[in-house]
Amino acid sequence: MYAETLKQLASDLRGKRCSSVELTTCYLDRMERCGTLNAFITIDADFSLDQARAADRLLENGDSRPLTGIPIAHKDIFCTQGMLTTCGSKILHNFTPPYDATLIGRCKEQGMVSLGKTNMDEFAMGSSNETSYFGPVKNPWDKNKVPGGSSGGSAATVAARLAAAATGTDTGGSVRQPAALCGITGLKPTYGRVSRYGMIAFASSLDQGGVLTQSAEDAALLLNVIAGFDPKDSTSVDEPVPDYTGDLSKDLTGLRIGLPKQYFDEGLASSVEQSTREALSVLEKLGARLIDIDLPNSELCVPCYYVIAPSEASSNLSRFDGVRYGYRSELYDDLVDMYMRTRSEGFGDEVKRRIMIGTYALSAGYYDAYYLKAQKLRRLITQDFELAFEQCDVIMGPTTPTPAFELGAKISDPISMYLNDIYTISANLSGLPGVSIPAGFVDGLPTGLQIIGPYFSESCLLNVGHRFQMETDWHKRIPGGFE
Amino acid sequence: MPWETVIGLEVHVQLNTQSKIFSGASTRYGAGPNTQACAVDIALPGVLPVMNREATRKAVKFGLAVEAYINQKSIFSRKNYFYPDLPKGYQISQFEIPIVAGGHMMIDTADGEKRIGITRAHLEEDAGKSLHEDFHGMTGIDLNRAGTPLLEIVSEPDMRSPAEAIAYLRKLHTLVRYLDISDGNMQEGSFRCDANVSVRPRGQVELGTRSELKNINSFRFIEKAIKFEVERQIDLIEDGGTVVQETRLYDPDKNETRPMRTKEDAHDYRYFPDPDLPPMDLDGQFIESARCEIPELPEIKKRRFMAQLQLNREDAEQLTAEKATADYFESVLSQTQGEAKSVANWINSELASYLNEENKDIDASPVSAAMLAQLIDRIHDETISGKIAKDVFRSMWAGEGGADEIIENKGLRQITDSSALEKVIDEVLTRSQAQIEQYRGGQGKVFGYFVGQVMKATQGKANPQQVNEILKEKLDRISRGTAK
Repeated sequence: MYAETLKQLASDLRGKRCSSVELTTCYLDRMERCGTLNAFITIDADFSLDQARAADRLLENGDSRPLTGIPIAHKDIFCTQGMLTTCGSKILHNFTPPYDATLIGRCKEQGMVSLGKTNMDEFAMGSSNETSYFGPVKNPWDKNKVPGGSSGGSAATVAARLAAAATGTDTGGSVRQPAALCGITGLKPTYGRVSRYGMIAFASSLDQGGVLTQSAEDAALLLNVIAGFDPKDSTSVDEPVPDYTGDLSKDLTGLRIGLPKQYFDEGLASSVEQSTREALSVLEKLGARLIDIDLPNSELCVPCYYVIAPSEASSNLSRFDGVRYGYRSELYDDLVDMYMRTRSEGFGDEVKRRIMIGTYALSAGYYDAYYLKAQKLRRLITQDFELAFEQCDVIMGPTTPTPAFELGAKISDPISMYLNDIYTISANLSGLPGVSIPAGFVDGLPTGLQIIGPYFSESCLLNVGHRFQMETDWHKRIPGGFE
Repeated sequence: MPWETVIGLEVHVQLNTQSKIFSGASTRYGAGPNTQACAVDIALPGVLPVMNREATRKAVKFGLAVEAYINQKSIFSRKNYFYPDLPKGYQISQFEIPIVAGGHMMIDTADGEKRIGITRAHLEEDAGKSLHEDFHGMTGIDLNRAGTPLLEIVSEPDMRSPAEAIAYLRKLHTLVRYLDISDGNMQEGSFRCDANVSVRPRGQVELGTRSELKNINSFRFIEKAIKFEVERQIDLIEDGGTVVQETRLYDPDKNETRPMRTKEDAHDYRYFPDPDLPPMDLDGQFIESARCEIPELPEIKKRRFMAQLQLNREDAEQLTAEKATADYFESVLSQTQGEAKSVANWINSELASYLNEENKDIDASPVSAAMLAQLIDRIHDETISGKIAKDVFRSMWAGEGGADEIIENKGLRQITDSSALEKVIDEVLTRSQAQIEQYRGGQGKVFGYFVGQVMKATQGKANPQQVNEILKEKLDRISRGTAK
């Protein structure tokens, strides 16, 4: 039962082949047995089972909706009423929100069951899940390897089939990169498609909620639940939400796939390149055409991102001051001392590094050279994509330059860690949707194929992913020890 | 050396919207601490701001009223600094492109009218309050005020004396109340002023170094604070010192200003556009609909009262200082046969002093416009004299009914029957032989004594004009008779 997709589980529940309580119990058992992955920060079995019982009543009464009764795990960045929400940080280790994020509310309205809150890099700042105050998550395919980040807990959870699906957030690749490293499907929608209300902000202009699932089809089902305009988020977009499952099976004949030469250059491991090329050939066989394209400003993505994201973060994280909630240092002399001790003790190294970078970039005398310059680059990077989409329908390449790396290998080398997001960051800077789907294996570790499309082209991306997954079984593989 | 004072003012006006600028919480004043602070106001993790359209509309109304340019696209920025009553660690404000740019207002000065430039007006959120007393060495935080919409109105350094500064502030205060964009309540902090003050030798073009006087909350204190600061700066320079750019706090108890912080320890606020709020886009229709909500403005109303109704400047000024007063005046005028001047006098003196006595707003006056109109009509048609009318007014104020009712019940109708008056006058004359002798001796001023006696005998109800005429005739006759 645990290995089934959302689609299958929904059908089982509807056909009374199992109940939500049975399903929830099954996953809770697996979560307990697989605790060594450290994928969860908070689990509340009683709460989950209460929700499952309520869902069963809905199913019984015929009041159910497509995903009623399905258990799901939420990244610990989403505020959950009455349940601890830490964002992977000591500074929020004791914070229980009095409200639900819009995304959480939508899942509740659907009658979905929450299995708990997944581990993550502190404030979503990291690509390995090692910056979490609650310790690193392990990659189910190799427990010496990182699961990627920042939604590492969610990715490991779905890969190990501890939940049928999970939510995540993606600021520079935080859904797609861990999905690739864990061998699952990860979708970052268009900026503004999913409400950010109640999602603890890292970099407001880049953050976007997304989903981590076994398949593109499941991603479509879950996106149907969480997408849509929210009057509480001024940056959410008031565009109609299509049924994302509607176009899944469309023929790919004539699809133009753009391959940016910058995504296949020297930074890419040859084994990953090979697996990517093989995946592309599958799509060619389905009738798609491969076109070489140019994204000339690609190399500016990482520097541009590492000015904008820390700048916004330095301001977004100012509210964690020990005054109203969260951690406050026990001993302090005066107000300034309280701020300094609380924030020094409450934040981890990577968060502090980014706050300092951002504070510097926004300072008088540096603002023009850094923040303003980065905004101009961002415009150029976005223009590259606009031009590229005149030649092709979707853009593809590897999600990451390498498969999962060793725990501890990059944590003391921020630059090499940052380069792990080299192919994913551009979609955040431009606000475009992107999906990573399992593309193959290198030395027993999964690789990801990234598909980026024009604004609001989620249906198209999921259609491509689904057709690919009808031809391949990479997404069905389950890591050893979790079958 | 003759010195010239240069003053620019920054006024924070709390906009009187129902809810806060970026959240749905109420803006009502005076609730229990932190009972009007929602998740957005206390900056819980994950919350987001949503712009209040009413606050925007009020800012646009102000901009149009001061003939400013309305930026159809304006940007919200974050002003970053740490303080316990600033929950997000930044204030959402407007920095580069404010909603209102480049307007002006006219003020009256001793030398006639003067134009005061308005540099800009921008929308921002208020902070909460830090309460340092009653917490045994700790600080209490009340976030009810956090997120209250403010319009910060920045003037050009166009004022040259404390009196001009006050004139500008009064004008501005009147305007925001006319526009119904603020209640202007200074005690509750709805209208707060910072003053930038500098001095320079008369004739010098470049400005002197300024100090900024913070958060002064009454017209009187503003005047005193500026006066003190001007003298301080002049003394300092004349003693060979230099003024440093700094923020100073006015202490009303000691009537002095004290340094708060200097330019060196000024914050770097690290302004940048707020990524949670897209640039505000105002369409022409929105601006036009705001324009339609602007009533006749005090300046125009004042000119109209002077031109159409022949009121003098002081009366017109007093009547138009508050919209409610002007409305009351126009309401009375439309219901009475009396003259505008007479209506103005009743409102500006009698009614004003009663309102003042009981600290009431004109809206709460027990004497309504219709009641006052009736009273003035009774003077106009000579049913009662002006003097008796004041007694009737007092009775109306005390809730004893309308003018006609009171006149009737108390028998205050004026005596206009000549034969009745002659009878009273004859009686008075009969018992006033000594005064008649004086009158005959050429002491004309004793005439007033006879009038007083007649009024006394009639409890003030005699028609004064008729009394004068009859008395004059009789006394003259007596005088002539004796001369014969």
